[in-house]
Parts: sequence; structure tokens; C-alpha cells
Amino acid sequence: MLGLLQYQFIQNALLASILGGVSCAIIGVFVVTMQIPFLGVTMSHSAFAGAILGLVLGIDPLVSALLFCILASFLIGPVADQADFNPDTALGLIFSLMLGLAFLFLAMIPGPKTEALSLIWGSILTVTRIQALWMAVIGGSLIILLLLFFKEIKAVIFNREIARSVGIPERLVYYGILFAAGAVIAANLNTIGGLLIFSLVINPAAAAYRLTYSLKNMFILSSLFGVFSCLLGLVFSYLFNLPAGAVIIIASSLIFFFCLIFSPKKQIKGSGTFVNLLSGLKT
Amino acid sequence: MNPIIELKDVTVSYRESIALNSISFKVSSGEFVIIAGPNGSGKTTLLTAINGLGRILKGSADIFGLRLNSRSATRIRKDIGYVPQVLNIDPRMPISVEEAVAIGRCARKGFFQKMSFEDKDIIDKAMAQSGIANLSKRPIGHLSGGEQRKVAIARALAQEPRILLLDEPISNLDLNAQSQIFELIEKIHQKMHLTTLLVIHHLDLIPASCRRIVMLKEARIIFDGRKDEALDEKILSELYACRIEVFKNGFGITVRAKG
Repeated sequence: MLGLLQYQFIQNALLASILGGVSCAIIGVFVVTMQIPFLGVTMSHSAFAGAILGLVLGIDPLVSALLFCILASFLIGPVADQADFNPDTALGLIFSLMLGLAFLFLAMIPGPKTEALSLIWGSILTVTRIQALWMAVIGGSLIILLLLFFKEIKAVIFNREIARSVGIPERLVYYGILFAAGAVIAANLNTIGGLLIFSLVINPAAAAYRLTYSLKNMFILSSLFGVFSCLLGLVFSYLFNLPAGAVIIIASSLIFFFCLIFSPKKQIKGSGTFVNLLSGLKT
Repeated sequence: MNPIIELKDVTVSYRESIALNSISFKVSSGEFVIIAGPNGSGKTTLLTAINGLGRILKGSADIFGLRLNSRSATRIRKDIGYVPQVLNIDPRMPISVEEAVAIGRCARKGFFQKMSFEDKDIIDKAMAQSGIANLSKRPIGHLSGGEQRKVAIARALAQEPRILLLDEPISNLDLNAQSQIFELIEKIHQKMHLTTLLVIHHLDLIPASCRRIVMLKEARIIFDGRKDEALDEKILSELYACRIEVFKNGFGITVRAKG
């Protein structure tokens, strides 16, 4: 099995699994704690629309996906803030716009649309060295920014109004989080695909949310779950010729359900018993 | 003495309505002012006009002698402790009480700067002063309503503010928690002499160190004067548009609406 590591496509896939798992899981922590689950869907569809436009225009789909995600992230925050909307309403607006554009661009591709449709499913085994490098740059930048601005990010996650009231440039931080989400999702479009990436953002973070009351630990646990899901997807995809994206999502979903059932957050203090999912259903 | 807060002819909108209409208002350093009035009269908006969270359509606000605008707002807010009305905190929020209080210290540090031992000491003192030192490691979402208000006050104190804005800090609290919060506010004012603006509905609970009451009705100030003048049946009946009775006895004042 270790002999496989000499193949560059396996090396790229491994890199993509680790980088994709960590960066999507970090974005997931923002999405779950700030309760903006629609962000992942909107960004993945923006990346999808941008990538298809790239194919139409003959430019690198990753670059155009990134540009579309940047555009979406610059629209979501200000639209929600200016129009005094719930962020989910703004996300819904941008999502429908991006979906419309994706279908429009898809219709503009002459002949078979195989390459465009492959963006929906993604393939971790076909990630190129350049794509892995992009993921490394974006994932690395995300981790550095997270470490540098952790206290400000924590304040914005806690409550945007409180963060603004104490004098933190909260909009800059919040829009930065939206932008980071766009960049990460665009960079990972090829690995598990536009349709499924939403789950890799949500599931590891939601699982970590069930296990800890520490934001720092939540980032670490979420990243571990993300990497584990991606590696599992990669192994199963290689061994059994299964779609990697589907296995990644099933693995991350199983991790979530496991954490949900055995979450210490449902343990009654002092009783030593778990109010687990089943007993929760009984009551 | 120059006022620490000076609003001149300020009009603020909230969504489509005018929430404050041509308000002029001055507060001197160290003053304790109660803001009272019926629901929707503009009390919260008055506080947000001072810390720049509300958008001023007309007029001007000078805070610490600085004109409040989009460039100065962030700088001004660092010196204003703000305790908003009830926050809906997710019970599973992965943030501890200590971290929630430390948010007040964040902006003082600026980007790239880590919390120093001195900052941690200030945070610990703010928690001790607010009576929540024993809760410091608890998840913020696990606290009762009264404890969460104390956290909000501790966060404001961790800022080392010059002005303290408190927006209905006892709403939805039981009698014991109400009394604890008021004692805390009183103690803070007596010890630190912060300029304090307190929005409340319970006029019979006004802290002793407060001397001035500002009353708002339909986005305008209808009374601004001494506490003993304000607690008058005629003025209060006009303010709340119903018959109000004021009883004074050895224990204090009771204010009651008569149907």
C-alpha cells in the first residue's frame, strides 16, 4: 500500500485530502457557530457557475471559480447588512442568482458537457499538482489568518453587535470570513465537487460542535474529522473504484451521528448517564 | 466643564421610522442618568446614537469632544461599555464566560496583539467585581439570565470605559436577580464614577446615586430633570398615557399604573 505513495496522482490526492479536509472544516466552524448553513451551498454554486464560465471562455476553471466566489462574498455581507436582511435571505438571493448563471453558462458550452458535469461530482484522484498547490496556498493563508485574528474572529462568532460595540472592525472580520469561505470552496471544487462540498463544510464542524465548549478545540476536532473523512474517501475510492466525494460525505455524516449519540453535551451533570439520541426520542 | 456626551438636534431612523426626532442632550462626566419612557419611545436608539451603532440622519453627536462619524465611531466605541438588551446565546456556544468577558478587552489590544498578563488581570478583576469569578470556565450559554447580564457588565468593565450604557439590564429577571444587578450598577458607579446611562422601566428601583431622569415619548425628550421632580404622578401619567400612582414611604417609592 505504501508503494502507492510513489505515484504523483496519489501524492496529489493525499495532499488534497489533508488540505481540503482542514480548510473546509475550518470554514465549517464559522458556518455552524454563526448559524449560516446556507453559506456553503451558496459558495459552492458560485464556484460552480464561475468554473463553468471558465470552461466557456477557455480560462482555468479554478481561477474563474475563485473570482465568482469573491464576487459572491462581496455581495452577501453588504446585501444582508444594507437591506437589513437575515443573512440566509441574502444567501438565498445570491444562491438563486448563481444557480441561474450556472445553467446559463452550461447551455453555452457546445457539444458534450462532461467536463462541466464532472465539477458537480469532483474527483480527488484526478487533482493536479497545480490544483493541490492552490489548495495549499489558500488553506495555509486561512490557517495563518485564523491564528493572527483569533481573538477578533472569536468576538464576531460570539455576537456581531457586541463585537462592533466594543470597537472591533466587525464588518471587516465578517466579510473576511465570507471571503475565506468562498476561496476555500472554490479551491476544493475539484476534490469532492460542487454538490457535495457543502457537506464537508458542515458535517465535521457540526460533529465537533457536539463534543466541546472550546472554540479552539472545535477548530482542531473539526479539522481532524475533515481530514479523516477525506482520507477515508480517498482510500475507498482507490480500492473499490467508488466516487470519492460520496464516500467522504458518508464518512463525515457517520462521524456526525456518532458524535450526536455520544455527545457529552447531552450528559446530565452528576448522573453519569447519557441522554442520548434514543432516549431523547423517547421523551 | 465640557460635556462628555453632547447631542445636537439629532434625528435617527430605525428601519422606515424615525426613532429619535431632533433630540438635544448633554451629559457631564461622571453623571448617572436614567432614560425612561414607554416601549418604542427611542430609549435604545438614544444609546446607539451615542456609541455609533445607530445611524444619525441629521444633527451631530460629540462624544469625548470628538465628532461621531463613520471614521471616529470605532475609536469612540473602545471607550464606551455597552450592555445591550437580552442576547439570544446558543446554549452550546463554544465560548466560556472568561472568553466572553475578554471580548471587551479585544479592541483595546488591536490586531496582531496578544492579551498580556495585565489584560488578563483586568479581565479577572472585571469578573470579580461583577460577581462571576466562580463562573469563569463555564460555557456562556449555560448561565442563567441574571448571570449573563453580569457577564455583559463584566465585558463592559473589561474595556475600562469612560461611559457605561446599560439597556434594560433587568428585563426578564426575577426579583433577586434584579436587585443584584441594580446593586452592582450602583456599586460600579460609586467606585468608578463612570458616566452612566441606564435605560429602565422600573422607576421604583432607580439607584440612589442617580440624580437625573430623561424621559422619552414618541422619539422626543419630554422631560429632562431631577429625579424627585420626575417621579410625579402628572408627569408619569403623561409619559405613559395612563393614570400612574406614586407612593412614597419609608422603604422608597412605588410606581403603579392604574387601569
